[in-house]
Amino acid sequence: MRLEFTDEEQAFREEVRTFLREKLSSDISDKVLNGYELGREEHLLWQRRLHERGWGGMGWPVEFGGPGWNSVQQYIFEEESALAGGPRLIPFGTKMVAPVIMAFGSVAQQQRFLPKISAGDEWWCQGYSEPGAGSDLASLKTRGVRDGDYYVVDGQKTWNTLGQYADWIFCLVRTDSQAKQQSGITFLLIDMKSPGITVRPIMLLDGGHEVNEVWFENVRVPVENRIGEENRGWTYAKFLLGHERTNIAGIGIAKRELARLKRIAARERQHGRPLIEDPLFAVQIAQIEIDLWALEITNLRVLSAERVSPAAGPEASILKIRGTEIHQSISELLMRAVGPYALPFRREAMEAGWQFDPTRESPGPRYAATLAAAYFNQRKLSIFGGTNEIQKNIISKMIIGL
Amino acid sequence: MNFEFSDEQRQLHDAVERYLSEQYGFERFQSIKGSAAGWDRTVWRGLADLGVLAITVPVELGGLGFGPLETLAMMGDCGRSLLLEPVLSSAVIATAVLRPFADQTHAGELLAGMATGEKIAVLAHFESGARFESQFVTTRARRSGEGYRLDGHKGVVMHAGAADTLLVSARTAGEAGDARGVSLFLVPRAEPGVVLDVYPTVDGQRAADVYLQGVELPAAGRLGPEGEALTAVEAALDIGLAALCADAVGVMQAMVDATVEYVRVRQQFGQPIGRFQALQHRIADMLIHLEQARSMSYLAALRCTAPDVGERRRALSAAKAVIGQAGRFVGQQSVQLHGGMGMTDELKVSHLFKRLSAAQIMFGDSDAHLQRYAALSQA
Repeated sequence: MRLEFTDEEQAFREEVRTFLREKLSSDISDKVLNGYELGREEHLLWQRRLHERGWGGMGWPVEFGGPGWNSVQQYIFEEESALAGGPRLIPFGTKMVAPVIMAFGSVAQQQRFLPKISAGDEWWCQGYSEPGAGSDLASLKTRGVRDGDYYVVDGQKTWNTLGQYADWIFCLVRTDSQAKQQSGITFLLIDMKSPGITVRPIMLLDGGHEVNEVWFENVRVPVENRIGEENRGWTYAKFLLGHERTNIAGIGIAKRELARLKRIAARERQHGRPLIEDPLFAVQIAQIEIDLWALEITNLRVLSAERVSPAAGPEASILKIRGTEIHQSISELLMRAVGPYALPFRREAMEAGWQFDPTRESPGPRYAATLAAAYFNQRKLSIFGGTNEIQKNIISKMIIGL
Repeated sequence: MNFEFSDEQRQLHDAVERYLSEQYGFERFQSIKGSAAGWDRTVWRGLADLGVLAITVPVELGGLGFGPLETLAMMGDCGRSLLLEPVLSSAVIATAVLRPFADQTHAGELLAGMATGEKIAVLAHFESGARFESQFVTTRARRSGEGYRLDGHKGVVMHAGAADTLLVSARTAGEAGDARGVSLFLVPRAEPGVVLDVYPTVDGQRAADVYLQGVELPAAGRLGPEGEALTAVEAALDIGLAALCADAVGVMQAMVDATVEYVRVRQQFGQPIGRFQALQHRIADMLIHLEQARSMSYLAALRCTAPDVGERRRALSAAKAVIGQAGRFVGQQSVQLHGGMGMTDELKVSHLFKRLSAAQIMFGDSDAHLQRYAALSQA
């Protein structure tokens, strides 16, 4: 038993750091480190940088053009990238649809789609949830009716993340309404430029446009864009959901945000002293830091165990629950750290580079502008990807067996 | 980075687990707890035969020369079985106090005797008024002829009644709160002037307040240089804290197991109560706490002997804070989910709860360690 990474893993970490130092431009990392959103082109630019280095297919085996990293290497990359202010990886292409295409897609599909995902040429989004199907995903109603060499798709998807940027969407559609819920579903890859697709923004409580409704009206999808067999889509969907969950805790991002919280709390003043020295605030920071430490070791234990045998158990659900709780606690303390300047809510101030009229006194610290919005936004963490309550169902089912 | 136990560590764990599951069932615990001494010499010899009492004694003194990871591997089993014998006090903490002085004849002989189970020693350090502050020592050791004369009062000394020798810290200089000026003495329990007020603790272990009233000791009874002993005491307490964390995690595991078993069997409204989602989620929360606690017990074992004292204390305070909070949740919710049965003396779960509650307090509670962690982070 030891905490330290092996020499090879340390060397890999250095390699990642060197790459980040050389290829991560400060205009991107400054935005990430200060809590500003990145746009489509910035994300794709970063994906291209990774691709040029041979790292575009994060988590992919070498035979599909990936770097062939094990889960420890992926963990190290994501931690270093987060700490350096690298863009979060948009998972829908590399981490979600790509493994499905590799495992169940045809050779033609693999050749058509995988290189463009790796190269950052095509942006993918997800068509799973529907207005009536959230945690109970299998109750979805979007229909796919076979018409010659096409499926004709009608219905509505929702909570579609960043679909406004997407070139492709992977969708679950019902192709057999007579069959049992799970067995009448088919997994389709759909070109977002297809006639009949409408993307409508859902404005969220933080004022951001991150998710959409996607409407399908007589959308014709070639049969060649079906993954695997008709009506077996649930199997592929479950594979996708079970994939890539060892980094679900987001340890690197939490460390970065905790460091930001400490920086801000050191600059804010209360009773003439830095807020970070306030006994109550200091203990709250200490509590989060300790909880994060415990979760980090739990995450490393899962990685360590995976080397011996692949994860099969409630571990990923534990990482998801604790990770999201810690992220949410940090975002809440960040908001509270700036006191009354958490209240001004000006969208223009949430953009990087916003300049306040220099002839007037500053309306609060620059870093305060995004913190309340981020707190509101982060409430999503315990809801998406299987609510934390669903995760507890999974844990209890696996340990109580009832 | 890896969290696997070595073959040797696993064998030790297996041997202790097997021995205790065969020899230390709940009824045995109950009868030993109810006995006058509150611990059992046959069990002690059994543990000695397994090598448990020798694990941290140096090889040249007949021990196994193991460290915190081996201690970690077997402490969980002690907790799970509610072991009342002084493994933590004597075989872990007292051996750690003595090891730096092993080349002194008396300390070396004592360690050798402890490895075989013939001798038991415990550290008598904390005093009333000290709370969890290790520098708070008021017991005095004054020069008396060739030796020393000890006067003072040590509070809640675990297993003092079982010990042949007390390892007593006393001031040869300075005032309560000073880091310097603390010396360590080997005090035979039967020495005139040593008075023990023995009592059970909440969890059925035994402890005592120890009164030292003009106890005369030879110069050779002092361990190490005069006034420089606090470092060794604190190092041993840190090793003990890590072992206590492992013990507590063993208790928590036993409570989660017992609760899962109970909700599967207990029927209400025509079905096992484990079918109710409110209870399922509570158990999921218990498991989450348990796993975070387990992670921190590993951290504590890996860092409790780190030479960098700041790093060591940060890790140990983090571990104790998490384990205290987890223990509180797991303990209270286990009793809750057992309903009225959880309140009874008849079920093991109430005894596990009391063991865990005691562990929360020992070596400093979560609040004390959270504050120490925050202070260390700002230093």
